[in-house]
Amino acid sequence: MIAYLIRRLLYALPILIGVNLLTFALFFVVNTPDDMARIQLGIKRVTPEAIEKWKVQRGYDKPLFVNEKASGTEKITDTIFWQKSVYMFAFDFGYSDDGRSIGREIATRMWPSLAIALPTFFVGLLLYVSFALLMTLFRATALDVIGVMFCVVLMSISSLFYIIGGQFMASKLWHWVPISGYASGVEGFKFMLLPVLIGVIGGIGASSRWYRTIFLEEMNKDYVRTARAKGLSELRVLFSHVLKNAMIPILTGVVVVIPLLFMGSLLTESFFGIPGLGSYTIDAINAQDFSVVRAMVFLGSLLYIVGLILTDLSYTVVDPRVRLQ
Amino acid sequence: MKIVILWTDAMVFLLLAVALFGAWRIRQRPHLILPWQRVAQNRLGMISLLILSSFFVIGVLDSLHYRIGLSTQNKTQTVYSPEVLSAFDALSSGLRSRTEKTYSAPLATHLYAKESIDLGDGKTFRDYPRLVYGGAHLLNPKGDWLADVSQKAGQGALAGALVVMVLVGLIAGFIGKKSRWAVIIAALILAMVIGAVVNLSHSYHVFGTDKVGQDVLYLALKSIRTGLVIGTVTTLVMLPFALFFGIAAGYFRGWVDDIIQYVYTVLSSIPSVLLIAASVLMMQVVIETHAAWFATAAERADVRLLSLCVILGVTSWTGLCRLLRGETLKLREMEYIQAAQSFGVSSFKILTRHLLPNLMHIVLISVVMEFSALVLAEAVLSYVGVGVDPSTISFGTLINAARMEMGREPMVWWTLAAAFSFMLLLVLSANLFADAVRDAFDPRMNRS
Repeated sequence: MIAYLIRRLLYALPILIGVNLLTFALFFVVNTPDDMARIQLGIKRVTPEAIEKWKVQRGYDKPLFVNEKASGTEKITDTIFWQKSVYMFAFDFGYSDDGRSIGREIATRMWPSLAIALPTFFVGLLLYVSFALLMTLFRATALDVIGVMFCVVLMSISSLFYIIGGQFMASKLWHWVPISGYASGVEGFKFMLLPVLIGVIGGIGASSRWYRTIFLEEMNKDYVRTARAKGLSELRVLFSHVLKNAMIPILTGVVVVIPLLFMGSLLTESFFGIPGLGSYTIDAINAQDFSVVRAMVFLGSLLYIVGLILTDLSYTVVDPRVRLQ
Repeated sequence: MKIVILWTDAMVFLLLAVALFGAWRIRQRPHLILPWQRVAQNRLGMISLLILSSFFVIGVLDSLHYRIGLSTQNKTQTVYSPEVLSAFDALSSGLRSRTEKTYSAPLATHLYAKESIDLGDGKTFRDYPRLVYGGAHLLNPKGDWLADVSQKAGQGALAGALVVMVLVGLIAGFIGKKSRWAVIIAALILAMVIGAVVNLSHSYHVFGTDKVGQDVLYLALKSIRTGLVIGTVTTLVMLPFALFFGIAAGYFRGWVDDIIQYVYTVLSSIPSVLLIAASVLMMQVVIETHAAWFATAAERADVRLLSLCVILGVTSWTGLCRLLRGETLKLREMEYIQAAQSFGVSSFKILTRHLLPNLMHIVLISVVMEFSALVLAEAVLSYVGVGVDPSTISFGTLINAARMEMGREPMVWWTLAAAFSFMLLLVLSANLFADAVRDAFDPRMNRS
């Protein structure tokens, strides 16, 4: 088990290096730092001195890979590649354009993100799975057909509509909850209600339909026939046999996203004014703050890889046949 | 007049040619027609196809671009207008040119807010001003409005119904027996709605006008092309990657498989929104620093649209690639492949003649499934600020511009309503058609 984990972590390393090289190529080789400076400072009125100053401030004035002027190990370490990309492996993300430490921002902003994303995830999972079970129970009846149609319609609606429509209904028509904002602790509950509700509703269509397909696939297997032949009731078959066996395909899709919950949701957070990582990213994109975007790409892929490892571990929990070696 | 072929236009026509060629090939081979005949029997699928094809007609018309020559004194050299128009613009020139001062509600005769009106003798009073075009022919708007609107809608619907009667005679043969009547009735309803809207749009703003007085119906119809381009051209970019790498990894295995798996794990480990955002940001810098490459604003916006498609394609081929790799791994152990190998057929021939045709159903299913997701993604990406050029009319830019309007007093709901309902219609029919295609092509479906 431990050996397996170590091996997986070592296997993750080349992937992270690949991500790192890819983002480096995207951000520094496709465009030179001079181009970026010109865009940031405005194309027309820009002097070479201003560009030079911009580059020095951000540490972009160094050579890309090899610094001929430096001596010893600094030949490699005093370069853009080393300082911007290699340092990421030590979680040193540098500073954003407004001069704040990105690592510090991430550490404080991930909690609001988590406060919204975690309830959305668990309430959603519970609702989608039970809705899918219900459709499976009434499969091939009018109820199932209506349920599937309902899912198709819901998944055809833009997520923007759920947010704009939900905000409008809750704040204008019902005066329920504040339209946006965030507070920590118990007070934050009323701010969380609407984003979580909208997040859950937005996912019903696609997720329930997907779970329904998984359950139906299990329903056609031999062990279900055996269970029925034993005289088990349909409910018993569904809950204690089909649900258990469907766990593996469900976990495959679900566990991967758990670490990514830290990143929050771009849309929800920016619409509801939640000071999480999602709104941080969207602000960085709008302000063309490249160092923040690069940090988020690295963090995102790191969390994804953690999710893959967690998925493998979760198999051992639900399926005793799986042994990790 | 000078014909302009934008990059995305070329892609759209290339796709059209590929689709027509594919249809011609399928018509010649009975075993390939069979699943399509099953699609033709599916009622919902055929109705969706009907709606989708009317969207496609608008999209293709909107892809025939040209620039008008301006009349100048100098006869030797014609100067062309910087504005790039399309065949669709020419057909709907009324919609494009009839702009009001600002917001007006759907089918309204007056602006939505009160303004000071000068009575001529120095006095002013506040009232809702009449629109320049919307219902301008009515002498007594309050009394005549309902009668006029219903008369115009009725006339249009009747004309639409007559046209569809003729068309039904032409296409009835393509519809399966089981779905024929449902499709004819749907076509009739669709034609009546279109007829009524077209007839009304000559003298009213059917979906109202936006902040600068542009007709919202026109904007919504123009958005269709952007959505279709994103949904289809992305696929065109993605397919070669997915097919080539997926089949190569599955068939050759060994180090080829290792490298391809490594590449797609790296790409898919980056959350897609972030990868797209990073790539689009970089593309923006390239486009902005090389402004001299583009003759018109439309060309620049078009290159941005195309680069968005390319970026979406490059970031989204991994899913299909994985599916194809798995299927190829399974197929290469089949007897007919082994027979071909023992006869000494070259690898290339085995791949193209024996493997590829047996993978096509997976490709087709995932392509139609992906379409609706891409149309939805465009709106989100444009909202995030990494989507199409702000000057390109799309569902995303429409929604983005209109999202603050719900907070106005009185409320302006029609832009959002038009954008969302057109998008819903497009995505829903794409989803239903995709389901019909999947049901017909999936070998795992048990058919009795």
